[in-house]
Amino acid sequence: MSAELVKLLRRPATWVLLGLWPSVQLIFSLLIPYVSYRRGASYEGSPPEALLAGVLPDRLVQNALSGLPLFGGALVLTLGALLAGSEYGWGTLKTLLVQGPRRLTVLAGQLLALLVVLAGTVVVSFLLTALASWVIAAGESAAFDWPTPGDLVRGFAAGLLIAGTWGAMGMFLGTALRGTALPIGLGLVWILAIESLVVNVAAPLLSLFDAGQALLPGVNAGSLVAALAGPDAVLRTPGVAAIVGGTQAAWALAGFLVLFGALTGLLLVRRDVT
Amino acid sequence: MHPSVAVEQPASAPTWTGDAAVVTEGLTKRYGSRAAVDGLSLTVRPGEVFGFLGPNGAGKTTTLRMLTGLVRPTSGSAWVLGRTAGESVAGIGALIEGPGFYPYLSGRDNLRVLAKYAGTPHRRIAQVLATVDLMDRADDRYGTYSLGMKQRLGVAAALLKQPELVVLDEPTNGLDPAGITDMRALLRRLAAEGCTVVLSSHLLAEVEQVCDRVAVVSHGRLIVQGTVGDLVGLGRLVIEAEPLADAVAVTGGLLGAERVSVVDGKLHVQAGPESAAQINRALVRSEIDVTGLRQEVRTLEEVFLQMTGPQPTGDDPPQGDPPGRSRRRFGRRVLPR
Repeated sequence: MSAELVKLLRRPATWVLLGLWPSVQLIFSLLIPYVSYRRGASYEGSPPEALLAGVLPDRLVQNALSGLPLFGGALVLTLGALLAGSEYGWGTLKTLLVQGPRRLTVLAGQLLALLVVLAGTVVVSFLLTALASWVIAAGESAAFDWPTPGDLVRGFAAGLLIAGTWGAMGMFLGTALRGTALPIGLGLVWILAIESLVVNVAAPLLSLFDAGQALLPGVNAGSLVAALAGPDAVLRTPGVAAIVGGTQAAWALAGFLVLFGALTGLLLVRRDVT
Repeated sequence: MHPSVAVEQPASAPTWTGDAAVVTEGLTKRYGSRAAVDGLSLTVRPGEVFGFLGPNGAGKTTTLRMLTGLVRPTSGSAWVLGRTAGESVAGIGALIEGPGFYPYLSGRDNLRVLAKYAGTPHRRIAQVLATVDLMDRADDRYGTYSLGMKQRLGVAAALLKQPELVVLDEPTNGLDPAGITDMRALLRRLAAEGCTVVLSSHLLAEVEQVCDRVAVVSHGRLIVQGTVGDLVGLGRLVIEAEPLADAVAVTGGLLGAERVSVVDGKLHVQAGPESAAQINRALVRSEIDVTGLRQEVRTLEEVFLQMTGPQPTGDDPPQGDPPGRSRRRFGRRVLPR
């Protein structure tokens, strides 16, 4: 794993992608609603008072994770596809394998390194969101009601589960297609278009899609974040909606994580490295 | 058309004997209906530099991939360092089909990553970088390297584990003449230190200078394997004499008619330089005027091109004789070794 961590942390794309996610999330979850509040304007149907309430410390978990089901997931999937697919494009997989490690050892190292980096990014997202919320609360003389440690742990675990699932999906696509461009393209189309079309267009019209959307990774990711936000939360972020329950969503995501990892391992072990 | 060449004639198909570095037996790899490697049987002895020759698409790289476990054979067997190919990667260092490294890491950091996977001490990195003369650029990003530098880093990676067997696929690709000379010296040094080297190359002059034995493959099949000397043969004597018919009779009577032929009005005799004086004396005693006598030595390139030329349709290229049969080389019967 240490070798994979070196590769991942020294790669410029890692810092770009994982720097974008918390940054963009901060902008859309906190900055834009707060600016709207300060201007006395409503934002996505919420009055100014509700906007302020939505960016205070007690909404830390929701605000730190709200981007992950959709745009954050797209960035993490891209990283996973780069991690796995580049090994084929650069010819580095054969260079690694002739040094002696088993193929599953390489995969395990890559997955673990990815999860470690994603865990760090989730923590950074929480810290940045907490800092921004603190600054806002201090400036507005609002209440500093922080989430409980249990809520924070659950939030961190959920964030890692969602990010890990998207990253594993990216690794699966990169391995399956032995490259980077097509896996990234297909993954982005899936996250940003297909799942949205199923949820917003097909499901309201056809019962098959209405039932089937519960099997989609993005729907479960959004449902998990919605569950953590609580029943009173205003869910403004695209991709965050309580379509299935939180527990079901967590198990589904764990299943996807295992499935993508297993499929990636199967392909890696069975196929020739050319 | 493939000449009969006196090469090693195994009494039976190669099997693992316990003292060979590499043994393949009927090794085959098919991609759909196409056989990239077809029934390849060869042996590499410990400590030798073994050349693997063939035109583009002959199956060399596919064979090397099978030996290093990157590709699974369709059928047949391969043993490397006493174990089934793919299980013994620990003792192998390899550079297969060009170097592959992370462009955003330096040469040294690339080797660090590999050393972690190989379980090799990091002090070994400086040693291999010095061996390939890459120390002064070791800390530059791999993406800035020239082709020759990339190739040298690939060789360095192959030597990282101090392997017993080094498999190099076109190691001189991209190297300048000085680099090629250094590579030749390195290969010889590795062999002198007891390392076995399997070398795939198109540079026949290099193979001729470096390799102890060679195997020639074409269209996925083994054409011949043996020492370079066996492949190029003794060469031939070209004699200009008058009357030519008398010279043919005298020479044929001396060495055997099957070794004598007439080409462009000159006598071609399959014989080494030690026979020149004997033939000359015999011709002179027979009152035949000898107006020219010279030796022609075939190069490995000539042999290679002749062996890997267009295949006759419907015929299988020879893969070595069935056990017990002798072969004819240039008209002379040669017993199996």
